[in-house]
Amino acid sequence: MKPTYESPIITKLNAGMMNKFGSRTEYTPVKSIDNVAVADLMDEYGSPLFVISEKTIRQTYQKALKAFKMRYPKVQFAWSYKTNYLDAVCQVFHQEGSWAEVVSGFEYQKALRNGVPGNLIIFNGPDKSAEDLKMAVENRSLIHIDHFDELYMLIEIMEEMENTKARVAIRVNMDTGVYPQWDRFGFNYDNGQAWNAIVKIIAQEKLQLEGLHCHIGTYMLTANAYAVAARKMCELALSYANTTGERVKYLDMGGGFCSSNTLKGSYLQGADIIPTFDDYAKAITSTILQFGFRPDELPLLILETGRALIDEAGYLLGTVLATKRLADGRRATVLDTGVNIMFTSFWYNHRISPAQDFSQHAEETALFGPLCMNIDSLRESVILPIMKKGDRIVVHEVGAYNMTQWMQFITLRPNIVMIDTKGDVHLIRKQETVNTIVDCEVVPEHLAKHNL
Amino acid sequence: MKIRKNIAISENGFIFNPMTGDSFSVNETGAFILQKLKDDESEETILQNLMDEYDLDTYTAERDLNDFLSMLKGHQLTTNE
Repeated sequence: MKPTYESPIITKLNAGMMNKFGSRTEYTPVKSIDNVAVADLMDEYGSPLFVISEKTIRQTYQKALKAFKMRYPKVQFAWSYKTNYLDAVCQVFHQEGSWAEVVSGFEYQKALRNGVPGNLIIFNGPDKSAEDLKMAVENRSLIHIDHFDELYMLIEIMEEMENTKARVAIRVNMDTGVYPQWDRFGFNYDNGQAWNAIVKIIAQEKLQLEGLHCHIGTYMLTANAYAVAARKMCELALSYANTTGERVKYLDMGGGFCSSNTLKGSYLQGADIIPTFDDYAKAITSTILQFGFRPDELPLLILETGRALIDEAGYLLGTVLATKRLADGRRATVLDTGVNIMFTSFWYNHRISPAQDFSQHAEETALFGPLCMNIDSLRESVILPIMKKGDRIVVHEVGAYNMTQWMQFITLRPNIVMIDTKGDVHLIRKQETVNTIVDCEVVPEHLAKHNL
Repeated sequence: MKIRKNIAISENGFIFNPMTGDSFSVNETGAFILQKLKDDESEETILQNLMDEYDLDTYTAERDLNDFLSMLKGHQLTTNE
């Protein structure tokens, strides 16, 4: 039998020198996801291909829910649509008991289509049209007001609507001791703006302040920031109760929990530095519990966690298109998974595993996507086993944002499949065709022909 | 293309260049090619040897051999004598 072939490599040995990009991480190929062979998936659905594990979604959700429920009596998750608004994904979360948290009229419509009752939709975001607001009022949705212009628009709308009240909350931003401070969404707590907004709402007969909302940041590496935020939210709730004699029904702490992806520029791997669900839960719930609410008056705690609930459940399968040498002698590997469908590679060093057997040899390589654009660079340098054209790879933790923030740029977007809890594979979004794109285009009559 | 005469090559793929003090490692295929170069085989012969040894098609063998030779050159392990 002939020996197994591997492309020849020569690696310079640098004794004692640290590689600032870290050492090799991949020691075993990833040949299957939830016991479904990667090769079979790609043979049937093509490459690239997004794969979502329903089992992982449900397990992660249960883990997060347990972390909060074992510490606090009234907890409600609301699925952050913008993180991944594929209907199949949303339905898994709704089956688990999540409400919907949307940030646009488009996402609102999606939530309604998914059968979410209007009163279980939280409407966040700075962009709500008059039509959106009317629809939300009629459906008894929770409108989280972002700025004074929106508040005044809602007041105007309510003047025309009879026999109904709008259920509202205000979005609060604040200094939680982390940098950068997010202050572009909502009303500022520290300078009194949030209280001014509450006072304005109190004066409106047709607005009912039901809750308070904050979203202190994203990929929060310290759980303590949530403790600071929770305390300030409790202070506001107390001021409201003292002023009106009424209580807010809920405190919505937003999202921002980390997934275990590694941020670019991070010295340590993400999994080694991120807080756990328990860390976040402890920070938030202990602050609220110790604030001094009477047990029967504890507000409902709402969480809009997105990234941390879905990232791990998403995989991207791809193929090596070519390998080449850069001017400095480094290997470059061109993959069919570019930044167009892997938007998060702009800020994460995604873990990438070969999907077939390999030898013990590894080589430093740059990873590029397929786009004819200089920005399409996935990794500046990573030490991977030797790969050749046609080899397959698995990109880990791409469940959050990639399937919503992806770009239709240069090429079309691929199939997405979901592996259910029994191991059956379902196509949940069809790959785009040329018609998907051109059907939206209109060519003026005088440009319809040419004489080339 | 030939390997510099003073380059030390061990059987398990360890390379030492006494001129620069650099050391390198190669994988099995790399060691196979280096041994042929050390034996003064021509590039054409090495190409044929590669295809016979690993049952390769011409394109893969030629592409990988050229790539490997360019790396040897880049590491100053070769001479044009």
